Amino acid sequence: MIQKAFILNDADIERILKRISHEILERNRGSKNLCFIGIQKRGVPLAQRIAKNIRALEGIEADIGKLDITFYRDDYAKRVKPKVGVTDISFGIDERDIILVDDVLFTGRTIRAALDALIDFGRPKSIQLVVLIDRGHRELPIRADYVGKNIPTALSESIEVCLSETDGQDSVSILESGKGRGQQLL
Amino acid sequence: MLSVKNVIDIADLSVDDINLILENADTFNEVLERDLKKVPALRGKTILNLFFESSTRTRISFELAAKRLNADLINFTASSSSMKKGESIIDTIKTIQSMIVDLLIVRHSDSGVMDFISRNTGLPIINAGDGKHQHPTQALLDLYTIKKAFGDFKGLKVSIVGDIINSRVARSDMLLFKKMGMDVTLVSSSMLLPENLDYFGVNVRNNIDDIIETADVIYMLRMQLERQERKYYPSINEYNRFLSLDFKRLQSMKEGAIVMHPGPVNRGTEISEAVMNSEDTMKQKIKINEQVRNGVAARMALIYLILTTG
Repeated sequence: MIQKAFILNDADIERILKRISHEILERNRGSKNLCFIGIQKRGVPLAQRIAKNIRALEGIEADIGKLDITFYRDDYAKRVKPKVGVTDISFGIDERDIILVDDVLFTGRTIRAALDALIDFGRPKSIQLVVLIDRGHRELPIRADYVGKNIPTALSESIEVCLSETDGQDSVSILESGKGRGQQLL
Repeated sequence: MLSVKNVIDIADLSVDDINLILENADTFNEVLERDLKKVPALRGKTILNLFFESSTRTRISFELAAKRLNADLINFTASSSSMKKGESIIDTIKTIQSMIVDLLIVRHSDSGVMDFISRNTGLPIINAGDGKHQHPTQALLDLYTIKKAFGDFKGLKVSIVGDIINSRVARSDMLLFKKMGMDVTLVSSSMLLPENLDYFGVNVRNNIDDIIETADVIYMLRMQLERQERKYYPSINEYNRFLSLDFKRLQSMKEGAIVMHPGPVNRGTEISEAVMNSEDTMKQKIKINEQVRNGVAARMALIYLILTTG
């Protein structure tokens, strides 16, 4: 797998997350009813970072959850099974405005599964989607409410997102081959 | 991914398989704590519970596990089936095959039958207990219960107490516990011990008092009166004196040590009434109800992994 282009460094990612944090507050007129749920695994640190930004801006400690969607996938039989992560939503989501966070938006199937999973926990007032990267190639009618960066890609390429919490450093790159991590995670 | 498609003998599973099952059991345990205790992981899969011997808790545990995973489950019990009308095993198998199921969960007194069914249908099989031989899923849920209590297995002192010779649970447990690095002692009278113990590499004692203060896990077995074609023990009093867990013995167990039992308990035989009714700190030692609960999570993990392997 060859790195084709380096897209974002740590400072870029920090700026993007700050901008998205402001957008979330603007659109929801504050943060009182918000809670943040990251999709395993790189959505989790991203959700934590956004919640931290919002705490700095508004002084409100928001609920943060983790969601693993393995059991809700429609393609588990066709893929090498990824390691199942932890789901931890220790607060009620009824009537809350959920900010759902993931690293890469691709076919939309992960988000479809995440919506199904969330509905099993209750009936939120709204679910809004944050993605760091939108790489296109949607197979379902799903779009993000907050996008860090749109990166048009070929199907043979994949997006690699690294975060310091999971990978030791912050970066986003395009890889050639179609066998990259971004591809596997859809 | 599991290295096997059938789990008939606990020895079929590698250490990696076992760790993968335990890891997934933890994930499913979280699902069981939700308000909506169900995930669609196995939607569209069909599982057949094929029980030639009677069972309540194991059958229900498997049934619950399958349903929590959204699989369809059919119960086939020999007593209410055409087997009673004289249908042979091979004809029963052919019937099953025509039903197009994805997984068989089989209880039969003879483990050879499972191999036979597996070979003739090509379907994955989980052994739900075969006579006096093995009960692998009980061993997995026992191991999971121990993991939740201690976190790790290496060097843990486990004593299995009571009617070993008639117990498939004991057989599967000692194989699995040894494999995971535990120090296993059997506590029983010579009448209730099998002959080929060298094969298992376990220690043997005749009195529960020998191990009561040092064991981390005390695994009490059920006196299997229904499998005893002859009398193995002179009297209940004698049994109580050497092999039962009474309240005084419970109190002398070391801090953090736990009591397990596969159920159903014969109160007054292997475990005293006072122990079963104990409260507070003593009650926390007794993991019998937790075993039942963990059984659903462990079986969900095994079913899920088998049906998503290859």
